[in-house]
Amino acid sequence: MTAAASNPAAAGLALEMRGATVTAMADPGTILLEGVDWSVAPGDFWVVGGLQGSGKTDFLLMTGGLTAPGSGAYHFFGKGMPMFEEHRLGERLQLSMVFDEAKLFNRLTVSENVSLPLRYHRNLTVAGADAEVRPLLDLTELASWADSTPGAMALAWRKRVGLARALMLKPRVLLLDNPLLGLDLRHRGWWLNFLGQLSRGHPWMEGRPTTLVVTTHDFRPWQGVGRQFAVLKDRRFVVLGSWQQVNAAGDERVRELLAVEAGSI
Amino acid sequence: MRVPVPRSCAHYLGRRLFRFLRTVQGLGAFALITLGVMITKCRASSRVIHPLAIHEVSRAGLRLLPMFLFVAAALGLVVIGQAVSWLTRVGAINYLGTIMVIVVVRELGPLIAAMLLLARVGTANVVDLGTARALGEVEVLEALGIDPIHYFVAPRVFGMAVGVFSLTVYLILGAIVSGYLWAFVQEVPLQPAEYFRQLAGALSGLDFALLAVKTGLFGFIIAIVTCYHGLAQPLRLEEVSHATVRAVAQSVIACVLLDAVFIVIYLIF
Repeated sequence: MTAAASNPAAAGLALEMRGATVTAMADPGTILLEGVDWSVAPGDFWVVGGLQGSGKTDFLLMTGGLTAPGSGAYHFFGKGMPMFEEHRLGERLQLSMVFDEAKLFNRLTVSENVSLPLRYHRNLTVAGADAEVRPLLDLTELASWADSTPGAMALAWRKRVGLARALMLKPRVLLLDNPLLGLDLRHRGWWLNFLGQLSRGHPWMEGRPTTLVVTTHDFRPWQGVGRQFAVLKDRRFVVLGSWQQVNAAGDERVRELLAVEAGSI
Repeated sequence: MRVPVPRSCAHYLGRRLFRFLRTVQGLGAFALITLGVMITKCRASSRVIHPLAIHEVSRAGLRLLPMFLFVAAALGLVVIGQAVSWLTRVGAINYLGTIMVIVVVRELGPLIAAMLLLARVGTANVVDLGTARALGEVEVLEALGIDPIHYFVAPRVFGMAVGVFSLTVYLILGAIVSGYLWAFVQEVPLQPAEYFRQLAGALSGLDFALLAVKTGLFGFIIAIVTCYHGLAQPLRLEEVSHATVRAVAQSVIACVLLDAVFIVIYLIF
């Protein structure tokens, strides 16, 4: 029986974890988080904080369906999270991911990187996908880099390519691993503004609010942008709530995430 | 009285055997998965995958042609030129065609082509894919809903199979022609027509069929072993060189074993 069948409320959730265990991708025997209970409604904007090594990336990889929970349940729009089942590919493409440091294909140009999911899933040539890729490159201010390879670009621009690639198929849920890491103030401002627009309903997403989950090691830039906050500490996923509740939290780990030295991101 | 085997030695052998069986199991599973993907997705995303396959054919075939012509000339000198010369001296020139077909067409041609491709392209496969794996490109493909076997492995298997076959044909033709030229330089009294008549007489339809199957399988094996070691295990960058060494050793062993199977087939038929 699916979660949707057993719990009508679950059918309305974008993501739902119940007692989930997060294991390390490199070593599935290593448990990073236990007993994760988490509900994400469509259109939510979650900011998940944690210090380095707390398991943020592995948590996001599991959320993205790239690893299975060690135990417990994980549902995506009321059904079990699609992993690699061919017949559930359409559901899987409703979720996309922006990786830390972008992880681009260095032999492909920016345009080819961004268009890859579109070309693969709709069987298009590079030229055939161009009409749909150009507006996205303009939107992310990457048009002038279109024919460059990622090796020639600074990290900030590579991260935008990763974002554009993740948005190519207009997913309903977008996961971002530490998107502000290593960015200067100008780029940070652009990202916060753009993600805010996505959360409210960007024209590229046909006005539909995108469900967002970002990880971070510094809560402060997300004030006024993120709507729900959680922290990873002591192998637990702790829901904090709104920004006011984050500020009011007396927890030492949360204070650490609020007091990261300026300039360290 | 039996001499007790040192416990550590038994442990060592057992561990080696277990590791060998695990590798065989892993390679077998990987080969079957790859075959399944190549069959079920042969037309899927053709505008993305087919250009990759063509690129691999070029990488494992066309671009290696100059090197293979050089090797063909050397092979002609080493095998055919000398064989013609010595057969003439002992009055056994009538066996030339048979010897050429056995040595060059059935054995050395395919094996040399496979080994050269392993060195030039197979090692590059492990490094490319191992690096891609270590840098997280496989996870990116999975996150984008793209099958890594379809995107990374299938074009390489196709390219390698076509490459070994094509280059073997070039190598054999080049070796036969250069062999005659070396014999000609040595003033061996053998007319070109007689030389090619003997070669044609020694060849059968089975030789052509088995040559195609054998070289295709060599290419398949090399691609599977090298892609497996590059992709199928969670590699760190520092492990790529070890994976390359393992892949080369296992590819050589697998190709030689396959060659032995074909020798048995030739002997039976």
